[in-house]
Amino acid sequence: MDNIYLDNAATTPVRPEVQEAFSEALGRTYGNPSSIHTVGQEAKKLLEESRERAAGAIGSPPGNIIFTSGGTESDNLAVAGCARAYKDKGNHIVCSGIEHHAVLNCCKALQAEGFELTVVPANTDCIVEPERVAEAIRPETVLVSVMYANNETGTLQPVRELCAAAHEAGALFHTDAVQAAGKVEVNVEKLGVDLMSLSGHKIYGPKGVGALYIRSGTKLLPLVYGGHHEKSIRPGTENVPGIAAFATALELAAAELPGSANRLRGLKETLAAAILENIPAVQRNGGAENSLPNVLNVSFEGVDGESILLNLDLLGISVSTGSACTSGAIEPSHVLLAMGVPPRIAQSSIRFSFGRENTEGQVARVLEVLPDIIRRLRDLSVKKIGE
Amino acid sequence: MTNEKRTSTVKPVTVVAISGGVDSSVAAAVLKEQGRDVIGIGLQLVDPEDVCVTPGSCCGIESMEDARRVAEKLGFPFYVLNFKDVFRTFVTDYFIDSYLRGETPNPCVPCNDVIKFAELLRSARGLGATCLATGHYARIEPGSGGRLALKKGIDGNKDQSYFLYSLTQEQLAAASFPLGGMTKPQTRAVARDLGLKVHDKQESQDICFVGVEGYAAFIEQRCGHALEPGPILDDSGAVVGEHKGLVNYTIGQRRGLGVSFPEPMYVVDVDPGSNSIAVTTAQGLKRQNRLVLDRVNYVSIAPPSAPVRVSAMTRYRKAEVPATMSPLEGGAASLEFDDPQEPTAPGQSVVLYDGDTVLAGGIAVREFRG
Repeated sequence: MDNIYLDNAATTPVRPEVQEAFSEALGRTYGNPSSIHTVGQEAKKLLEESRERAAGAIGSPPGNIIFTSGGTESDNLAVAGCARAYKDKGNHIVCSGIEHHAVLNCCKALQAEGFELTVVPANTDCIVEPERVAEAIRPETVLVSVMYANNETGTLQPVRELCAAAHEAGALFHTDAVQAAGKVEVNVEKLGVDLMSLSGHKIYGPKGVGALYIRSGTKLLPLVYGGHHEKSIRPGTENVPGIAAFATALELAAAELPGSANRLRGLKETLAAAILENIPAVQRNGGAENSLPNVLNVSFEGVDGESILLNLDLLGISVSTGSACTSGAIEPSHVLLAMGVPPRIAQSSIRFSFGRENTEGQVARVLEVLPDIIRRLRDLSVKKIGE
Repeated sequence: MTNEKRTSTVKPVTVVAISGGVDSSVAAAVLKEQGRDVIGIGLQLVDPEDVCVTPGSCCGIESMEDARRVAEKLGFPFYVLNFKDVFRTFVTDYFIDSYLRGETPNPCVPCNDVIKFAELLRSARGLGATCLATGHYARIEPGSGGRLALKKGIDGNKDQSYFLYSLTQEQLAAASFPLGGMTKPQTRAVARDLGLKVHDKQESQDICFVGVEGYAAFIEQRCGHALEPGPILDDSGAVVGEHKGLVNYTIGQRRGLGVSFPEPMYVVDVDPGSNSIAVTTAQGLKRQNRLVLDRVNYVSIAPPSAPVRVSAMTRYRKAEVPATMSPLEGGAASLEFDDPQEPTAPGQSVVLYDGDTVLAGGIAVREFRG
């Protein structure tokens, strides 16, 4: 039986065009872009073309994009690099409680350097309200960081308004757009953001590559020191094949909107409607409105999300209980808890995240097996063991 | 997909608790060979960054990556489940509290009856499993009066029935110990034949969650305050030295006392009330005729109404001694030894056998001296 992969918010399969761009660059464009000779110049040319394509996909001038090793590095570079660069101006940063750990833990680490941190919780719809962020901002606030789309619930944040609130108070604004890119339009000019993180492997690109958009005039201190690559903000010989693949992935994903998003949303809403109709005591976490087209988060009251995940996996269906954890073991979601979801309900949640390879037939297969799994687990959970 | 995918979740399956060590790996292999539908589960019991785990430690904490490799090699699905909270409450906190009360606990006992055969069994049933297997060297056989009997593993050097005495009949009904009828060398041979890299993995001995710095340092770090030195007393009550904190001492201990006497001295009491330990000579030590056990579980026999002749193991792998067990009120029992014995440390599990069969077991209660 073929696997049904419904965990595209964790990572995505690399699409053929991207594989081609990657192996082409890996095989042929082996030069060091910093070398003066022709072989190096070819690599430099591919690097800069990739930069133009990636920048074009997000409405940025090419010179405002630097490539990184992925979303986590982009987030860290944006948050820590910016906070440290503006330390003279102020020592306060603001982020939301539903941020990815790449932002949240970076902010916490900055506290040890003497920065003060305000974490703004989301409301019960998983939305970070601009008014709440505005209240949290102080004269000494240098940076506000709120993600574009939440990775667990798929909820889109009012980034334009949040950004405006930060700017009004003289603070810079960063958004982690790792989940949003390729699913909704991501245009730095329309959003007004100063910093924006992107990742390759969430958009059918390779792992280990991402980008950070940096608005002109925004200062950043590097996380690592080395040569002059990437304007000395991100030194190290550029990952040319990864970057070429990333640019291809981003360009394709942006070009396929909104058709691809409409298709994904159709799959998601089919699944959501059928679950809500056929399985009692379920709760959708994060609304249907203002959400990524491909992420659905549902709590099945009285059942451990982990048990559902494992039962589905045994049937070849890959889902998640939240964000992927390195150990493979499961903790209750900090995002759902931050939204005010009770721990018991948070523990019973499952994230279904769709991608370009999913079909209606696959959704039908999930709906064929899911109600039975939930019923069986609920029957079991009323029985006490060891008594 | 290297794992075999099952077509239905209702087909009965066996969950195997897999640590990545040789025993649990071979247990899974044996079941797989018998044609059972196997799912491996690794237990995450502590935060990886929290503890410097002893290499090759017990049935609990091993490299999950070794376990994953074994599952891949044998071709069954494998998952790691998080039992950190219950493990902390029922095993590590119990261990620390017991030591701070001047006792010497067996943390493996609650790890088996709470973590594996309650919490993990619940998860296993959630996966459609009817049976939970572990790599313990013990056997389950039909016993008398319609009960299941828990018996020693046939390898006398490896028998682990001692750590399983607290299982209930319902837990035994769901348990499977595929290695009970095998010897350790046979287990290693199976692992070697299967090409499992773990076949020559180091034997586990120590408490799995305690790092190389030892259990006293672990307790000191976890309980949040320094261990308090106090007096070492002799038979007459005279102070003969200073101890380094009660948790460093166990009844019967001879080494590391730091007192000089013409003959070897043994710890005969650890008293948290006065923060003192008492020492005595070998002769003075051998004088316990009776022991009270608490939280007694009757495994292979129904709770008896009359005294029962038993063979008592007062510490893991210690030679059994003949005794008579009489049930008391409130789940307790008294144990009369045929011959006076070295005192048993309170908190220790005392397991009562009839030949190979585990009749019952309980926890030694503090003996009030004086």
